[in-house]
Amino acid sequence: MSQNLNMPPWVVWTLVALLFGFILFGILTVKRSNGIKRSFFASPYTLWMVLFTIVPCLLIAYYSFTDPNGAFTLDNFKNFWDSNYSVNQLYAQMGPEYSVLIQRGTVNIDILVYSLWMALLCTGICLALGYPAAYFMADRQIKIGSTLVVLFIIPMWMNFLLRTVAWMTLLEDQGLINTLLKFLGFHSAQLMYNDGAVLLGMVYNFLPFMVFPIYTSLTKMDSRLLEAAQDLGANHFHTFWRVTMPLSIPGVISGITMVFMPSVTTFFIPRILGGGNTMMFGDLIENRFLTEGNWNVGSALSLIMMILILISLSILRKADPEGEGGGIV
Amino acid sequence: MVEKEHLIDLQHISKDFDGTTVLEDINLYIRKKEFVTLLGPSGCGKTTTLRIIGGFEYPTSGTLLFEGKNIVDIPPYKRKVNTIFQKYALFPHLNVYDNIAFGLKIAKMQREEIRRRVEKMLDLVNMNGYGKRSVDQLSGGQQQRVAIARALVNEPQVLLLDEPLGALDLKLRKDMQLELKRMQQALGITFLYVTHDQEEALTMSDTVVVMRDGHILQIGDPKSVYDEPANAFVADFIGESNIMRGTMVHDELVHFSGFDFPCVDAGFGQNQPVDVVVRPEDILIVGEDIGQISGTVQSVLFKGVHYEMMIDAGETVFKVHSTVMQPQGSRVGLNIVPYNIHIMKPMPVAVTEGGDDEQ
Repeated sequence: MSQNLNMPPWVVWTLVALLFGFILFGILTVKRSNGIKRSFFASPYTLWMVLFTIVPCLLIAYYSFTDPNGAFTLDNFKNFWDSNYSVNQLYAQMGPEYSVLIQRGTVNIDILVYSLWMALLCTGICLALGYPAAYFMADRQIKIGSTLVVLFIIPMWMNFLLRTVAWMTLLEDQGLINTLLKFLGFHSAQLMYNDGAVLLGMVYNFLPFMVFPIYTSLTKMDSRLLEAAQDLGANHFHTFWRVTMPLSIPGVISGITMVFMPSVTTFFIPRILGGGNTMMFGDLIENRFLTEGNWNVGSALSLIMMILILISLSILRKADPEGEGGGIV
Repeated sequence: MVEKEHLIDLQHISKDFDGTTVLEDINLYIRKKEFVTLLGPSGCGKTTTLRIIGGFEYPTSGTLLFEGKNIVDIPPYKRKVNTIFQKYALFPHLNVYDNIAFGLKIAKMQREEIRRRVEKMLDLVNMNGYGKRSVDQLSGGQQQRVAIARALVNEPQVLLLDEPLGALDLKLRKDMQLELKRMQQALGITFLYVTHDQEEALTMSDTVVVMRDGHILQIGDPKSVYDEPANAFVADFIGESNIMRGTMVHDELVHFSGFDFPCVDAGFGQNQPVDVVVRPEDILIVGEDIGQISGTVQSVLFKGVHYEMMIDAGETVFKVHSTVMQPQGSRVGLNIVPYNIHIMKPMPVAVTEGGDDEQ
């Protein structure tokens, strides 16, 4: 893979200059204020951000607009739109009689649409399951609320991959559920290697990210507002619909963001529970980088993903301008 | 103004919170168009009483009658009462107009009718043109007005007010006191008001209910509660007082602070221990030689309208209010007119001697 790192020297020098510039800036700030200011202590964080967030982002941008030789090109994006792009170009060069063979490859777009669809489904299911859960957890009159909180937190102590693999032992043909079904005299069911299993894995893993922001916004809410609503004639349904729900919107938006973002970039879960029958955009990017070793197309796909996430974030931000829900990066 | 008919009756209402008694055998009636104030120090049970009437607390025992019907089991949203909450509890996600219209929308009123009523309410509370504002942009006084409008727009039979002026500054408080009283009289609504501010209670109410430790100590109109406090606690809580331990020598003669004073009370028996209350403004400063008792001016404080002087009369240090200042250290005589001496059965709890009202 190292052959992919053949960046022209100017890119390397720009990055080095950027790093040194940052360090110089830090030193100057300390000098100018005649000693260490409070802001100085933020510099490790800033350095971290520059090294591991900004520089990688710049590299992704660089790779997506260059070919393996480091020359500027838009081919990577054309590749995204038409997965047969290079073959089609070959056909075009071979002459007009070959033009009938030119056919746009829609694999990348299909996978993107499928990923967005799965992420939407996952977010919707998480919201439908998570809101009631958060509501009961936040209800002070229900004694099991705090127990529920702990039950939601404990699985998060386990590794994400481990939790996903654990589902295999439940769902596979000789797994716990099928064994039980057979024991009870039913036919065993194909539980794994389909969209349902992938969705189950996603919902299972991302549900806490929906529950906790909503839970926080509900517990933050002033209980006197609920009394005021009842005082003004609102029964429990009206109180929920006109007061509780609108006031928990920031939490809902935060939850949607925190579930949708990892959902749309999910990888590994489709491979484990979907058995490779289905592929999501995250898998596609991983595939381009690690299997094909094509860093340029992989970067272009990542950039498209990032832009899509940024767009969805800005839409969500509009719905919650104060960022009250918290947790929105 | 006040009609005879009882609107609300509290009969033997008690309330326990986890074994702690907050209210014990409360009996109280509220008449139509009456302005009733529950007055007492924090923890006396006044807010709990209000919340029981509002439907937010369930009494441990007792009956709550509204127009003769027991409403203990009726949920708050079905009661014909509205509440103005401490710190207002306005809905932060709604603007001023929608806050006020909340109850009407739930009642599924016609849009035009809602607009008409809300506009009328905004007019009543002097908030014309504020409908579109967010409630966060309002000052404390304006939020207060919105809270009042939000409750009154539903035309409740009873308005419950839980220390509604507590968060306002003194000037605004005084203005709002008068305004609330004006609204109550103009709209003919029954007000049940909770406060720990005795001055507020005396200014606004038709009836004052003094509470302490979950009990009602006295019910009466402001003047009688002030002039004829039922016991030393009420006297001390309502206005400033000189409270002394004394002995009723016989009818119309009481002994306290080392002297005998003629008074107008009778029926306590002979040589019975009593509590004696004299208001600071009821002690007259005269020449040393013509006073019933004499003393030395210990300290002088300027209080604006009057001077507050502590006068040491040997056994007792009297607190005296007068518009004429006596220099510190001077000798003066003190006279107390018989009907200004208030005699009451002693409280089971010890009462601080002298003019000490810091409780």
